[in-house]
Amino acid sequence: MLRGEQGSGAALAMRLVVRAAEVLRAERLIPITRAHVDSCLYHGPATLDFANALVDGGARVRVPATLNVGAVDLLHPELWHGSAEDADRGRQLMDAYRTLGCQPTFTCAPYQLPDARPGFGEQVAWAESNAIVFCNSALGARTERYGDFIDIACAVIGAVPEAGLHTTEARRAVMVLRTGPDVPDALRHADVLYPVLGIVLGRHAGARVAVLDGLPPLSEERLKAIGAAAASSGAVAMFHVVGSTPEAPTLADALGGRDPEETLEIGLAELRAARDSLTSDAGAAPGGPVGAVSLGTPHASLAELREIAGMLDGQQVARGVELMVSTARDTLAAASQDGTAARLQTAGVELLVDTCSYLGPLLRPTDLPVMTDSGKWAYYAPGNIGAKVIFGSRLECVRSAISGRLWRDERAWGGA
Amino acid sequence: MSTGRPIRGKVLHAGAGSGSALRLVEPLSLWGGLDPGTGTLIDAHHPQRGAQLAGRVVLMPAGRGSSSSASVLAEAIRANTAPAALLLGEPDLILAIGAEVAEALYGRRLAVLVVPADWAATIRDGQELRVQEDGTVVATG
Repeated sequence: MLRGEQGSGAALAMRLVVRAAEVLRAERLIPITRAHVDSCLYHGPATLDFANALVDGGARVRVPATLNVGAVDLLHPELWHGSAEDADRGRQLMDAYRTLGCQPTFTCAPYQLPDARPGFGEQVAWAESNAIVFCNSALGARTERYGDFIDIACAVIGAVPEAGLHTTEARRAVMVLRTGPDVPDALRHADVLYPVLGIVLGRHAGARVAVLDGLPPLSEERLKAIGAAAASSGAVAMFHVVGSTPEAPTLADALGGRDPEETLEIGLAELRAARDSLTSDAGAAPGGPVGAVSLGTPHASLAELREIAGMLDGQQVARGVELMVSTARDTLAAASQDGTAARLQTAGVELLVDTCSYLGPLLRPTDLPVMTDSGKWAYYAPGNIGAKVIFGSRLECVRSAISGRLWRDERAWGGA
Repeated sequence: MSTGRPIRGKVLHAGAGSGSALRLVEPLSLWGGLDPGTGTLIDAHHPQRGAQLAGRVVLMPAGRGSSSSASVLAEAIRANTAPAALLLGEPDLILAIGAEVAEALYGRRLAVLVVPADWAATIRDGQELRVQEDGTVVATG
């Protein structure tokens, strides 16, 4: 295949898989059942040159492959405030990956699509850091940290190097993070804790597998929030939560029966500091103006869309304030069926699909701070789109969007 | 003036390059961390925000695993804003693949090596380093 008898596209894919096997010190390749491909997001001419080399070389995916977000919302092209040329390049790249046989899911949360979820123990090649960590941690399916180019290469070859998180040994936790006794019970039961805990996890774990102990049973949405944040502040590709994730029914199971290298207690002060680090707008104070609110990073699930609609409860987003929620086109279709999308749109919410609001000029330009409930969005938006960010709970975000003023509720954090 | 013995790094992607050292004190995700249009470090959470990476021999403890870092590295190599070489504290598949793609598309070969942490700790910012095809790194000034 490397010599090109199956076409130059397959040869390029095989070259990358072989390079990966060398870097990972794998002795053989193992078959995969599916792939999730991040390469469809435009990052400059090199990304399009690579896709065109595969297309022109006759490559096709050999396993079902979903696509991650692209640069533009193909269904709502009016939600773009950049140049027509940039939008066109982003669209060309998304089209190229469809030509390679990938499914036009265009979501960073493929695990929320019933047909795209791998089962426990399934060997897959997933890219997109939050999807990788969810796949390994919450589903118990197995993927190494794949990135752009190697994701589509594995999908074209239908195999991956047998290494890293594809093997049982690499999946056991080597460190324990335990929430301290001063963390209020109300905070353990609040969604806002989980992106913050993810930021702390990523800082301590780096690339290591950790197990979180001392938490109530967690929903998939909370596991998603932990993973997305942990893969932003650190290189986390897998974590366990005792009693919530499938490879951690007990602490001993997560540790593979061995002693941890390190055990850390996470207290309230560290959590508050991590929360505060996600607000880049140093002058933000309750009552101050908010220019926009961005929810849905990673892409909102149907349950989260319903929750946001419930929080709006018939009220309108303030004039001049943009409330944008990013989700998958398939989730939007489900939300359109059950009336949730109409409730959101009536309240003035903009629903963005196929992309995410921190990847390019998708929010309306504003000099005012932008609020988010996402640890990942808060982490990357200042560098990516120059936003001044205020991090808060989902309810703080929605109520601030309604009033156009920063609304805070510190009760869960043990404050007034 | 030579300031130390040459060391041999583990080659993740072979190439040759030389430039002044820039030691990153924290891991960096190139996606969200490097502007491939300018070669500038843009991660708002990184203590070295604003540093210029283009043409430098960049020592970094680790990538941070963002899937898109491979694309950003390949684009920086294409746009001539990439470091002269990347010396890592641990293996990084994503960066190795970014370099491999840039070689396949453009014939440009960025060295990506893993070097010992105790050696990296002896390197001063601004020190001239030369990286060879076989993974040898020589301090030349």
